[in-house]
Amino acid sequence: MTTTPTSAGPATSLGLQTPVDLGRRARPGESVVRGVLLAAALVSIATTVGIIIALLRPALDFFREVPIGEFLGTTRWAPNSHDPAYGVWPLVSATFVITAVALALAVPLGLGTAMYLSEYASKKTRARLKPVVELLAGIPSVVYGFFALAFVTPTLLQDLLGMDVGFTNALAAGLVLGVMVIPTIASLSEDALSAVPLALRQGSLAMGANRLQTTLRVVFPAALSGIAAAVVLGLSRAVGETMIVTLAAGSQPNLSLDPREGMQAMTGYIATTAGGENPVGSTSYNTLFAVGLMLFVITLVINVISIAFVRRFRQEY
Amino acid sequence: MSAAYATAARETVTLSAGRSRDKDLRSLVFLGALWFSLLFGILVLLVLILTTAVKGAPRFDMALLTDYSSQLFPERTGFRAGILGSVWVMLATAALAVPLGIAAALHLEEFADGQKWWNRFIEVNLQNLAAVPSIVYGLLAVAFVELVGIRERGLVISGAIALALLILPVIIITTREAVRAVPREIREGSLALGATQWQTTWRQTLPAAVPGIATGTILGLSRAIGEAAPLLMIGTATAIRFDPNGLMSQFTALPLQIYSSTSQSQEALQVAASAAIIVLLVMILALNGLAIYIRNKFQRTW
Repeated sequence: MTTTPTSAGPATSLGLQTPVDLGRRARPGESVVRGVLLAAALVSIATTVGIIIALLRPALDFFREVPIGEFLGTTRWAPNSHDPAYGVWPLVSATFVITAVALALAVPLGLGTAMYLSEYASKKTRARLKPVVELLAGIPSVVYGFFALAFVTPTLLQDLLGMDVGFTNALAAGLVLGVMVIPTIASLSEDALSAVPLALRQGSLAMGANRLQTTLRVVFPAALSGIAAAVVLGLSRAVGETMIVTLAAGSQPNLSLDPREGMQAMTGYIATTAGGENPVGSTSYNTLFAVGLMLFVITLVINVISIAFVRRFRQEY
Repeated sequence: MSAAYATAARETVTLSAGRSRDKDLRSLVFLGALWFSLLFGILVLLVLILTTAVKGAPRFDMALLTDYSSQLFPERTGFRAGILGSVWVMLATAALAVPLGIAAALHLEEFADGQKWWNRFIEVNLQNLAAVPSIVYGLLAVAFVELVGIRERGLVISGAIALALLILPVIIITTREAVRAVPREIREGSLALGATQWQTTWRQTLPAAVPGIATGTILGLSRAIGEAAPLLMIGTATAIRFDPNGLMSQFTALPLQIYSSTSQSQEALQVAASAAIIVLLVMILALNGLAIYIRNKFQRTW
């Protein structure tokens, strides 16, 4: 440990230009500290491994009793009824209906916010407005859930828009979830737009384009992979969000694509069931982890796609 | 290209060259759409705060803060246990997550060899952890607490473990940014005077990065204090009528009490939930304000 850090190691990570070998002399204290710091960094790996084990063990117990074919192949979800059925699709479809509503709202608004902040706002305006937009991300999700139940459904959807929706419905949950996701998409897209080299804008303006054309036809395509990463990360946020969908989307599994109906999402099922009194180790308790594992795998795939997009966008400039 | 130069130059370009050609209808419609998308979020924020405050107004009294929750008299229910529980969990979360997060960030930023595959793996892993749903951290904490043999559900320590793991990526990422912003001349100077790498990190780099680290940590904690889902997972009760008095004590948290009041139909509980939301928002805004104050007051530009 004490002799390994040579010129290739710490010297470059500190940004020194000439390789200076400062680690040649044995320093026992120094290596203890290094070990402690490395251990702290490895906690993040342990967390991932822990999540996988924590979800996989009860989930495997579950799949021993309920064949995975029934879980993924049937469409009735009623784990607590006398005639239990474990087809997970109603939960998955609800999650994606709500997420689709959320992204339909958050993608255009988030992108518009990002374009304004990056291409139109003065430095001062940007410095003032960005924290306000990011404040939207700081509002707790339980507060958004309350807002959906207490304002969006009764006042906005039922009274103002005259829609025939129930007390809980996927539309209100999706809209509020969309508002919550706006800052994620706006902030990351703004980073991507700002990273586009100035020369591209100058070139476009020099050819006689106005700012609308420059923004949409030059800057936006150049930042596309970063923007895609932002949207995909927003998608991941929306899929994993719990309290809004638990409160506002409903608690009935419902295999419907109509957002005006109430439906139970994956996270909603986990949250509602965990609060109940299912004995530890029972099949109905283990459903929590089976659904949790499915949720983790879905968000993992989405996150990996997002990270891949970020990689590509970094390589371009 | 340095960021400052880029912004200054972009300023000049966008303010002079483009503007004269932005007068046609399509440009104005587009600008209007951008304005709308920016104002939409701010408008929702205002409507949310105003409608909640109006609904909760009848309950802005001391009983809201000093009394325990009551099923019998919902019009007099209070959130004392939740407020104290949230503060306890937040302090325990900070005690777990802050040292761990700073240590991990120092490893990655100052000591790790970025060429090695395991360090790159840690980085990708962190990016992924930052986007894992909070409810999954709750399931992890359930399994961990069972593993170490704690049978009781809903303890302060279980909640703190779930929330600490949840905000660890946030703390690591912001600490790394703060450490990276310290110019390398400071490190070179220290190394040139014969300090070891750890002495340099501990006595020069870290102190210089403290304002940035504090800002990031407080923002992470303000996220933790509003989380309800992981606490729901670890079996946190909502109708608790005593103050938490230690790490092994049962507790309830303000967001959870809001959740349970909201999911009941009594009007008085809805009003109390609205008032409690304002209390929670004030706590979060205070934390955010503190973070911004520290950033503006102590942040050095090199």
